[in-house]
Parts: sequence; structure tokens; C-alpha cells
Amino acid sequence: MDLGLSEEQEMLKTSARDFLQKECPKQLVRQLDDSEEGHSPDLWRKMAEQGWMGLVFPEEYGGSGGSFLDLAVLLDEMGYNILPGPFFSAVILGGLPIALTGSEEQKMEFLPRLADGTTLLTLALTEPTAGYDAASVRTEATARNGEYVINGTKLFVPNANVADYLICVARTGKGDQAESSLTLLIIDARSPGVRITPLKTIARDRQCEVVFDNVVVSEKNILGRPNEAWPIVEEVLQKATVAKCAEMVGGAQAVLDMTVNYARERIQFDRPIGSFQAIQHYCADMASDVIGSRFLTYKAAWKTSEGLPAAADVAMAKAWTGEAYERVTLLGHQILGAIGFTMDHDMHLYYRRAKAGQTIFGDADFQRGIVARGQGL
Amino acid sequence: MDFRFSEGEEAFRQQVRQWLKQEIPQRWVELDPGIWEETEESWAIARQFHRKLGEKGWLAPAYPKEYGGLELSHMKRLILAEELAYNRAPVGVEVEITVNWVTPAILLFGTERQKKEYATRIARGDTIFCIGYSEPDAGSDLASVKTRAVEDGDDYVINGQKIWCSYAHLADYCWLAVRTDPDAPKHKGISVFIVDMKTPGITVRPLINILNHHSFNEVFFDDVRVPKENLVGQKNNGWYQVAIALDFERSSIGWAATNQRIIEELADYARETTRNGQPLAKDPLVRNQLAQLAVENEVARMMAYRIAWMYSKGLHPGYESSMSMVFVSELSRRTASIGMRILGHYGELDRGSKWAVLNARLARMSLSALSIGVGGGSNEIQRNIIAVRGLGLPRK
Repeated sequence: MDLGLSEEQEMLKTSARDFLQKECPKQLVRQLDDSEEGHSPDLWRKMAEQGWMGLVFPEEYGGSGGSFLDLAVLLDEMGYNILPGPFFSAVILGGLPIALTGSEEQKMEFLPRLADGTTLLTLALTEPTAGYDAASVRTEATARNGEYVINGTKLFVPNANVADYLICVARTGKGDQAESSLTLLIIDARSPGVRITPLKTIARDRQCEVVFDNVVVSEKNILGRPNEAWPIVEEVLQKATVAKCAEMVGGAQAVLDMTVNYARERIQFDRPIGSFQAIQHYCADMASDVIGSRFLTYKAAWKTSEGLPAAADVAMAKAWTGEAYERVTLLGHQILGAIGFTMDHDMHLYYRRAKAGQTIFGDADFQRGIVARGQGL
Repeated sequence: MDFRFSEGEEAFRQQVRQWLKQEIPQRWVELDPGIWEETEESWAIARQFHRKLGEKGWLAPAYPKEYGGLELSHMKRLILAEELAYNRAPVGVEVEITVNWVTPAILLFGTERQKKEYATRIARGDTIFCIGYSEPDAGSDLASVKTRAVEDGDDYVINGQKIWCSYAHLADYCWLAVRTDPDAPKHKGISVFIVDMKTPGITVRPLINILNHHSFNEVFFDDVRVPKENLVGQKNNGWYQVAIALDFERSSIGWAATNQRIIEELADYARETTRNGQPLAKDPLVRNQLAQLAVENEVARMMAYRIAWMYSKGLHPGYESSMSMVFVSELSRRTASIGMRILGHYGELDRGSKWAVLNARLARMSLSALSIGVGGGSNEIQRNIIAVRGLGLPRK
């Protein structure tokens, strides 16, 4: 058993923290939060130079062949610094399906360009039911002379507003089961009939509505095998769920650090408020939540990285981390008092993301449903 | 990172399991005493079992070989503790106190004679200690002890009162903290003694615990003469020695494993029980609650693993142990609470009731779990430790 990071991972962690502190100060985070795109091509280019977008992809596709655990370490730091922009959607939601199921040609076409920062992708999965189940996918892709015609509405497609390509999960037949007739299609976001509308969210996480109105793509754009998309989607979702946990662990750690620093410095009644047991005990509970999240998340990430069955561990990690991150930010706000209730202080940036992170890829109740199945219930 | 146990460790786990399957006496299983529920009969079985464990070297596996230990690795000890608790072996708080609190301090501060005499016998399962720390006016504020020890010839003469002494009526020795210098600042006038419980002048008076069992005692010392050679470590250095002893490996893994077992039993119960025309296991609220307990217990287990892992790396966890204890103690209470609600009206049935389910373990646990998070440093003290030592928050 080894519950620590490797030397290389520690180095990755340190260099990521240094890079983000320098290149993505909170001022830039706020600026991007308020911008239309929520994306800085300049920062993106620098991140590409760090090799981050290609971290988990094989070297032959322009990546560096890192492990999923390496990616979790990086995401942890991105969460710590609340990196805005399309990293998560491009690499995890867009890149992973291509790496998992793409043809040699597709991998050669997309992954090197994703790695060098020239192409952005995202996954168009959820629809107005907002559920992560196969039955919720109603968008249809109808075959016609070697082409597919796509019609339907996708909702909560992250960073679609800046994406070059959308990986669309569409219904391509009338199978007996909801899972059995779904297909992945790579769609140029600039295709006629694609209409992308960013949604206003409190987390400023650039969730979009994407309408496909008679969008025509070649059958060559099918990713993986027709009608067999669902297992791939499930695998991507499972990985994305751990990845999101890693981000949230970093965020929760930052909130703890920020709060403890404040409690050390803020003087009331002639002493630092951090010397009062009421505050100390809140901080102790925050620390416990952060550690618990960290271990559940890294265990799930490690299993994922090793290719071991991880469904129950991932669900446990998300069930715990989603709620723990919220608890941590709520206590952080309580300890900060009025200053935390302003736009000036950074705390709200984390709180907003905690709220959004809690629901994405299934909230704690949803995850506990998966855990319960694992318990044989 | 690697969350797996090694092959050798997994084999050791199987070995322990197999052994426990053979060696846990059937009568113990029938009695099924929970924590703080010892009877004369169960105590006798437990003492016998301690000796069997001692023969294997598994009672005090951490000790140096010269004092009867195995110098077993931290990870194997973790596994052993986990299996003992999960399989409800006849090993209770008396072993935790004797093996994990008292003896490490003897090994650290004791004379060669003390190490040989006590550690070796403890490792064999022949000797049980009780602890004499708390007094009516010294609980969490342990440095306030008033019980006095005064030098007189070759002895110290002890007068005063201790309280909450678990198993003092059954233990062979008391690990006693007393004041040896009343004029020094309160942390600097305390010493630690090993006191034979058969010494004249000791009166043990039972305190009946919330489970209606006799586990705690008041212990009165009335001109009790203790030879000077029973002083452990330096005179007036006792506070420091006690603090170190309280800091020794507090294995919270036992609580997590106990909890794991009960959560699994609740899941079985939910599968087998029909309510409102369907298995309880189909009720979304029951599923949600049992799943949450499983998640929380995974947190508790990882916190305990973390401590063993830190030791194995040569690190010395401090606040990490506090965090682990706070979490698992509160989780035990939640488990009992949720468990009783899942059992519905049956939840309140006590042991011996005709209709009791799961041997009334949940109802008993709802009472016994009140003690975890109080004994050995309350959760408030533990949270202070996390905040001050772990997070660097100021004391003043």
C-alpha cells in the first residue's frame, strides 16, 4: 500500500500550482468568468506548452502517455486554482471518447490537435430531461445515402460555445432497449443547422444549449461502432466523474487554506478568531471533509488508472466529495462572515463551483443509488 | 499510489480469518457481548482467548521480539486489528488499554526490569492493566489530578480517588497518574506508577454503565504503599509521558471494521424483510441511507489506513489520529441511529426480547456508541488538536 503520490506526481503538482498562480491569477479567473467566451486562447496556448492537454494521450498522438492518476493530480491543482475554460470538456469529455473508441484515422486527426491546443472538443450528451441515462437521449441521427441527419436538443453541453467539434450521442435506431441504439458522431460545431446558446449559470461554467436542426454529417464521422455507443459513454462518464471529484478536492483544499489563513489573521476581542474553539472546530470539520474527499477520490482515480473495476468507488467518491465540498465552502463562508458575502472576496468563486460540481454527472442521491446496487440492495 | 495490500499481506489476512474461524469459541458467539457488555462468563472467555492470541504472537504483535512481540509490520497489524474487530473476536477495550496505551509507554520510559516483567507478560495474555487517569475533577483537563503520592522510605504512599477506571475490578495492575509535587505548575508535578491492584488500601467500587453492565469503577487509594521501583520514567515527568502514551497508535480501524459488519447486516436485513408489500431494500430512502453509511465507512476506513501507512513510512501521525477517531465515533452513532430507524419499531427491542432482530445489536450500539468520542479524549479535545496541531490555528 502506498497512499502517497510519486515523486513525478509531486513535481507535476508543484509545477502546476506555480504555473497557475502565475498565469491564471484570480483577476484572470474573474475576467474570464465575466467574459462572453469564458476562455482565454492565450492561457490555453501556454497550457498546451506545458503539455497538459496531451497528458493522458499516447505519445504517437502527440501526448505524453501519462496515467489517469497523473491527470487527477493536475485536475486537483486546477480545482485549487479554479482554472476557468474548456480543459475539462476538451480533454475528458471530448478527448477520452476519441482515445477510447476512435479509429486510427480519427485519433490521428483529433488527438494531436487537441494536445497542441489547436482544437477544442466537447461532449453533447444530456438533453432537456437533464438525466445521465440512455433513455434520456432522444436526439435522432437518421441514415440517408451515406450520411446522417441529426435533429434534437442537447442541454448542459459544457463549453460548446468555444468548441470546434461536438461529440454527439444520438439515437440511430429503435432497439429493444434504450441503450442499444445509440451512436457517437463527431460534428463540426460550425455545421449548418447547429445552434449554440450559452446558458447563464451561477457557476459561470459555460453550460450550453445545442440545437441540431437537420444537421448533416458523413457516416465517416461515426465514432466507434454504430448503435454501440452506450458502454463508451458510461466509461467516459465514470472517468469524468472521478475527474470532477479531483477538481473538487482541490477546490475544497483551497477553501480550507483560505479560511484557516483568515482565521489566523482576523482579530476580534483582541485575539485571532482562529483561537476560538467554535471556529477551530469548524476548521477541524472542514479538514476532515477535505481528507475524506481526497482519499475516496484518489482511491477511485487509482483504480481507474489501473483499469480495475471502479464503479462503486467512483460513486462513493462523488457522493462524498460533492457534499463535502459544499459543506466546506459553507463553513468557509460562515467563518469569513460579511466579507465572504461580497464579490470582492474569492470565496464565492469556490462556492459557485461547489454548487455546480455537486450536480454534474449525478448528485449524491444518484451516486448513492449506484453504491446501493453495489451493496446488493 | 497503490491502494492494494501486498500478496503477503493478503495471505496474512486469510491466515487470520481462518484462525479466527476455528478459534472464536461458540459460547462467545452465543453470548455476543458488545463493547462494555462484559459479564463474568464473557470476561473469562476473553482472558482465555487473549492467551491463545498471545501464543500466536498476535496479542501484542508490535512489540520487540525480546519482549514477546513479533515486530509485525504496521500494515499487517492493521489487517489483524481489522479482522479481529470484523469477526467480533473476544478482544475488547481491555486489550486496547493494556497493549496499545500502557505497554508502549513502558517500553519507552520503563526500566529494563519493568519492560521484562510487564511487557512480556502482557504479550502472553497473562496481564491486564486498567488506567487511573481521570478523577472527579480531572477529566479532559487531565493535568488537574489531585491524587497524591508521597515518598516514604522505599515506597510511595498514595492517597486519593480515580474514576471511570474500566475493568479496575478485573485488572491485575493500574497505570496510575498521580501528583508527586503539589508546588510545581500543574503539568510539572505528575508521575506515573504501576500499581498492583491487590495492594492493601485499594477499594474498587462499581459504576454501572448505560448498558446496565459493570465495566467502570471508582478506585479509592487509602495509604496505598507502592515500591519506588514501580515509578515509571522520571519523577514529575508524568504529564509528558501520559501525553505521549495517549498519542500512541490509536487504532480506529477496529471501530470502522465493527461498523462495516453492522452495515452489511443491515443490508442483509433490508433484503430479507418485507414492508408495505415490498422488500425493504427497494425502499429508496432505505437504499439511500445504507449507501450513505457505506460511503462514510469507506472514509473512516481510509482515515485509519492512512495512519497505519504513515507509521509504515516512519512518520508520526498526531492530529491524523484525532481526525480518524472523531469521524468514526460520530459515524458509529449515526450508524446506530439509522440502523434503528431502518428496523422500525423492532429497533428498540433489547437483548433477550423474544422479537429482537440482529440480536438487538443496533439498540445496544445506540447506547455503547455514546462512549466512543468521550473516552480517551473527547471529540472536542480531538478537534482542538486537529485545529491547533494540524491546521496551525493559534491557542490564544
